[in-house]
Amino acid sequence: MLQLEHLSKTYADGTRALSDINLSVREGEIVSLIGGSGCGKTTLLRLVAGLDQTSAGAIRLDGEALSGPHPSVGIVFQEPRLLPWLTVSQNIAFGLAHLSPAGRKSRVRHALEKIGLSEHAERWPRDLSGGQQQRVAIARAFVTNPKVLLLDEPFSALDAFTRASLHEHLLGLWEETRPTVVLVTHDVQEAVTLADRAVVMQPKPGRIFDELPLTLARPRDKTGLAFESSVRRVLTALDHSLNTPQQQPQRERDRQAAALWW
Amino acid sequence: MSGQATSHAWSSQQGAAALAAPSPAEKRRAFDWRILLGFLLPVAVALLWEAAVRFGLAQGRLVPPPSRIAATLWALAETGELWTHVGVTLWRIASGFVLGAAAGIVLGALSGASSTVRRLLDPTLQALRAIPSIAWVPLFILWLGIFEASKVALIAVGVFFPVYLGIAGAILSVDRKLVEVGHVFRLSRIQLARRILLPAVLPEAVIALRSGLGLGFMFVVAAEFMGASEGLGYLLVDGQQMGKPDQILAAIIAFALLGKIADSLLVGLTKPLVRWQDTVRERL
Repeated sequence: MLQLEHLSKTYADGTRALSDINLSVREGEIVSLIGGSGCGKTTLLRLVAGLDQTSAGAIRLDGEALSGPHPSVGIVFQEPRLLPWLTVSQNIAFGLAHLSPAGRKSRVRHALEKIGLSEHAERWPRDLSGGQQQRVAIARAFVTNPKVLLLDEPFSALDAFTRASLHEHLLGLWEETRPTVVLVTHDVQEAVTLADRAVVMQPKPGRIFDELPLTLARPRDKTGLAFESSVRRVLTALDHSLNTPQQQPQRERDRQAAALWW
Repeated sequence: MSGQATSHAWSSQQGAAALAAPSPAEKRRAFDWRILLGFLLPVAVALLWEAAVRFGLAQGRLVPPPSRIAATLWALAETGELWTHVGVTLWRIASGFVLGAAAGIVLGALSGASSTVRRLLDPTLQALRAIPSIAWVPLFILWLGIFEASKVALIAVGVFFPVYLGIAGAILSVDRKLVEVGHVFRLSRIQLARRILLPAVLPEAVIALRSGLGLGFMFVVAAEFMGASEGLGYLLVDGQQMGKPDQILAAIIAFALLGKIADSLLVGLTKPLVRWQDTVRERL
């Protein structure tokens, strides 16, 4: 279980990027953080990854406080960030230096099969398309078997077709070890496709506005009515978070409406 | 009719070739005529000048025709004199280059990696760099004598600065995003240097070494101008004092060939290290 308790981040120039974030993510849950630009989604992910220091609050993984990069936490960035001097398979094996060569090889081969790039194993990253590079980056994060995988808008630079196929690759990899996933996105469709729960954030300072459970059965039918209505619910929450910062969260109003009904 | 058919077949073949990745053999063929194009200008000028002298349009006393330069070069090579001079010059460049490049790499790496070292060293080194290196010559002669040591020292100084600047700059400009990948995988400082920083700076390091080598060739001439009895630089001075322009030009050509060979050797040796680069170089 990943827990964020009263997490705040203020940058050296006084910008309050995050203020009092409380969030717990169950083991194996996929949570998507969604919100307009500048609401601290990426900052939140960098704090959990240990790339930035928190100003206040704590991050716990199964009760253990995280400070700095942790072996059980993997991250995929917005850009593939492959090392251009390593081949595709060497890039995937980058975090496996502690394993024996044989163990490394079998894990890399399996990951390459999973992402469908076996025949590109010995090529340079420069020879791959953007979508293929991002697949390699996802595989690099998955092969170390992290308990928590952080995804920072990993599909935002890709076209819709590539994105859809990457969603499938991601879910295919996720099925195997079922890590906890925190996915940052500004694409509502993507959040509803992948996540068990959408956390809507609000800017200035970055904070959680609302949480919406997405309980559709997998695999999700993107043309179905249930999918459509989920998308609409998230969009409405997002709209409120952007336009009327003072407005009460959707959940609260739902409860009031329910009370009136009775 | 048949012509049309062939041209059709040709264009479809062309299309298929464009779709497939270019094979190494094809690349080589495409490269060949470009090399020939490079030879066109110097060969044409040489032939024109040769003809002008042959037909009595020019005297060729101060600017000897290519045939006379070739004859001089040949004569120098036959007596073995040329090889002594080439050997001495190359030895001076090599020792100066090794010393200067080693110092440049070590200090450049330290200054790139640690801001404390950079604040400590860089201002002094930048101030020293502003001094024209030739200005050191009198001091080096006083300190190290008129023989090899002062010459090698001068070359080493010439090589040092471009290498130092190149290495330090390369380390400072390593992409933060790639360093973060190292942090995510919890690399230690040494692992980070070996697995991310070193490979990332290699391409720029090679360029720094190449410009260092080029300056080494420049400074060996300056060093040999100042009292040498051997070396290609000595041939230049001797040719001037004895009024032998063909000898000067022969030495200049020897320098050009040696410099090109040394540079190609450096590029060839380091090519396997920077094969991964995504540059336009191969397509140009």
